[in-house]
Amino acid sequence: MNTLFGEKKEGATKIVLKSVDEYPEAPITLGTTLINFTGDWRTFIPVVDDNKCVKCYICWKFCPEPAIYIREDGYVGIDYDYCKGCGICANECPTNAITMEKEEK
Amino acid sequence: MEYKPIRKVVSGNYAAAYAAKHARVEVVAAYPITPQTSIIEKIAEFIANGEVENLQYVAVESEHSAMAACIGASAAGARAFTATSAQGLALMHEMLHWASGARLPIVMVNVNRAMAPPWSVWDDQTDSLAQRDTGWMQFYAENNQEVYDGVLMSFKVAETVNLPAMVVESAFILSHTYDIVEMIPQELVDEFLPPRKPLYTLTDFDKPFSVGALGTPADYYEFRYKIEKAMEEAREVIRKVGKEFGEMFGRDYSQMIELYRTDDADFVFMGMGSLMGTVKQAVDVLREEGYKVGAAKVRWFRPFPKDELYELAKNVKGIAVLDRNFSFGQEGILFNEAKGVLYNTDAHPIMKNYIVGLGGRDFTVNDVKKIADNMKAIIEKGELDVEVDWYHLKR
Repeated sequence: MNTLFGEKKEGATKIVLKSVDEYPEAPITLGTTLINFTGDWRTFIPVVDDNKCVKCYICWKFCPEPAIYIREDGYVGIDYDYCKGCGICANECPTNAITMEKEEK
Repeated sequence: MEYKPIRKVVSGNYAAAYAAKHARVEVVAAYPITPQTSIIEKIAEFIANGEVENLQYVAVESEHSAMAACIGASAAGARAFTATSAQGLALMHEMLHWASGARLPIVMVNVNRAMAPPWSVWDDQTDSLAQRDTGWMQFYAENNQEVYDGVLMSFKVAETVNLPAMVVESAFILSHTYDIVEMIPQELVDEFLPPRKPLYTLTDFDKPFSVGALGTPADYYEFRYKIEKAMEEAREVIRKVGKEFGEMFGRDYSQMIELYRTDDADFVFMGMGSLMGTVKQAVDVLREEGYKVGAAKVRWFRPFPKDELYELAKNVKGIAVLDRNFSFGQEGILFNEAKGVLYNTDAHPIMKNYIVGLGGRDFTVNDVKKIADNMKAIIEKGELDVEVDWYHLKR
């Protein structure tokens, strides 16, 4: 495959494919989330307390979005651009290191 | 290596299982359903006996899951295979769209069986033809040999154009009936069918991407067009692969419609699958009796063999389309397709639709002779009695 759909060009705010030949054969990596942040859907926001975190990464495994990442220091970080605030991470966390707080907008 | 066929007496289902084995499939996910069961039983036996390496069998709880597992395996780059029948195929329907939409060359054997109710396990093509618009290619086998050959060719065609393919055989008439099948030595199958080169693979961890993500109205349309382009390309690939198969193994499949004694025929019988074996035999008998008839067996229903049909229709006065299937509210499905293809051409033979053999109703040489008499009278008179004839109906 020559083009991987969704490699965002510098300065682009939208991915526009002008002719059918620019499309890949199969509908892979449409890349819509590169420009379409899904993090503004939430009401509650997860907050991690590093003092309670035991680096078990259960939250990272259970997150249905790619919203939890492992930081360089080994603790978990949350990508608020994509976190929808579902609360699964807080529910699964065995040490209650994650709490859901009402987001101030 | 010189080609020396290995002759085995096998059922249509075992022919399918052997073909899958020889194609070196890597993942089989299937759920048992009569009359398909013995295909996957045989594959399970291959695994249990250690006759195959690198073949994963996934036992699933339904046909919907079977196809889902094949889709996952195929997206990861594996050569995936499954088999089903009738209600099982219907249950898979949603997933069939996922396979073709994601451009995964999965090959499936569907054992043609009538849809219920009334509950039936006998031969009828309505199950596979109901999947006409899913983006799957469809090959109809006349006999056990064609089941074996069809699976091998389908993998090659599917992996060239990146679309899934269905090999269709008749319930019991082929699936459970034993016949001599010439199998190909493994080394030559490997030469004919090299390992799959996937369009993309989910196991490339350095380049992660998503499959089947949201396509808005701005993009969806283009992907549909790409599937149609692949189908168009498949016509040529099918002819090329069929020719190559003929050159290597002596059985030529370069024609998408197999013509039998049609050269000087006044009219031909057209149909698909095992019933065409009966028709060919009947053609021989009728020729002895002075009828100028031939048979046209549609091997590939998708992509539809438009060019071959046009060439045939130009040279005959009539076509009797034998449909072991029915689209309620209209007519036989093959008849409907064939008439549609010819509308904008200058070839307009008289075409009549005979609905035969539904739900496994016996269809014999004698039936073909009766149809021949009816067709002959129609052509002499120059007009149809009825367009769609429920031939076996108890009146």
